[in-house]
Amino acid sequence: MKKEEVPQDITKLEKGPMNWVNYVTDENGEYTRAISNGWEPENIALEQVWDEVNANVEATRLKVVNGELSPIAYYLEKNLMDIPLLASYVDKWQWQVKRHLKPEVFQSLSEQLLEKYAYVFKISVEELKHNPLLKK
Amino acid sequence: MTDIALNFEHRHSAHCENGVISNLFRYNGLDISEPMAFGIGSGLFFIHIPFIKVNGIPGTSYRIWPGQIFKRASKRLGVEMYSDTFRNPKKAKEALDASLAKGIPVGLVVSVFYLPYLPEVFRFHFNAHNLVVYGKEGNEYLISDPVMEHVTRIHEDDLMRARYAKGTPEPMGKMYYPTLMPKEINMKKAIVEGIYKTGYDMSHIPIPFFGSKAIRYLASKLKDYPEKVGDRKSILYLGNIIRMQEEIGTGGAGFRFVYAAFLHESGRKLENNWLIDKSKELTKTGDLWRDFAFKAGRVCKNRSADKTSFKDLSDILVECSHQEEKLFFELYSKIKTI
Repeated sequence: MKKEEVPQDITKLEKGPMNWVNYVTDENGEYTRAISNGWEPENIALEQVWDEVNANVEATRLKVVNGELSPIAYYLEKNLMDIPLLASYVDKWQWQVKRHLKPEVFQSLSEQLLEKYAYVFKISVEELKHNPLLKK
Repeated sequence: MTDIALNFEHRHSAHCENGVISNLFRYNGLDISEPMAFGIGSGLFFIHIPFIKVNGIPGTSYRIWPGQIFKRASKRLGVEMYSDTFRNPKKAKEALDASLAKGIPVGLVVSVFYLPYLPEVFRFHFNAHNLVVYGKEGNEYLISDPVMEHVTRIHEDDLMRARYAKGTPEPMGKMYYPTLMPKEINMKKAIVEGIYKTGYDMSHIPIPFFGSKAIRYLASKLKDYPEKVGDRKSILYLGNIIRMQEEIGTGGAGFRFVYAAFLHESGRKLENNWLIDKSKELTKTGDLWRDFAFKAGRVCKNRSADKTSFKDLSDILVECSHQEEKLFFELYSKIKTI
């Protein structure tokens, strides 16, 4: 890539723009560095990932609102985790975490365990239990 | 602990691991650029293993796995490193603080997800990011993260989360720093060894998942995506190929160009025009990769996975594969004679 071709396509994503170092050739064919603050294909690929994440989060949110899943399922998606990863964060087996995704099981979780989940999601127990976004 | 701020020179880099090597070695008196670290550490590679899925997407990588560049670069340059992991987070913190107190800037392996100073959209669960801690002020650590333009800070609790992220691989509070720098360096030998290894890896591994063969392998898979996995997944898979090429987590903008910069710098250092020519060839291949990413980006944008566009993209990859195979085969067979 030549120096004058270094793309400056700032992403539309909020909190997205960042400056990247690129290795480019100058007019004499010597290698040098140039700063790019984004490039269209990367932006598209990244936006696509976040669209996918946001769609999952919203679908899960609706399921929590409808009483099909517990709030843990919502925060799991929101933190880009999956069950194996979350299980290792809270020191539980995967089948245990899967159970905790059931609203009726969630109701009976100990305060101690709720605190563990809240810590992993960087929220308070209060927020984990009573987020207005997850209520009808 | 009293406040400490070591006099650490931060240089913005394309990729975290190279950047940390370059910055840490320079602090210890060995001035080595990012491309040199990447090349001597044999960082360039290509891997496509479709049945190893990362978040449900076939795994593709344009570089060697994390940690290897460091290992190889130190070995070839004769740098001795201290490196340790800790079961107990408290011990990890004490070890970090103790090193800082002794005036040693420390490299850490962390998860990108827990670094609040990075833009939110880049914060995925990528657990093999590297940065340097060069001081502490109150409850904040002073950070030189090579992918950031300037030095930054992080709260000690956040750093602890980042050092003890779960998943694969688990950093386990890993920290490292050079303990012994070589008195004399045979730069030529280090460069030749680095190129020889990459040349071998890219052109001689007899398994289709690694090296330039794997690019062709990916190409053959790619052209069948629309039929085999459907519209939505084809687009997702394709998006991932672009992401890996340009910025996994906070990866590296164009590893091909970093390597070409290495060949160029080596050519100048060793006064060898052949290496400069090879650098030019790789720059051309890099441009072809960019062409691929650009077109692939357009396909992703339209969100329709039609067979022709995937076939066209696959053809570009086949061309990339041939060019890299030829180049690295030549580097492998001739580098020891320079």
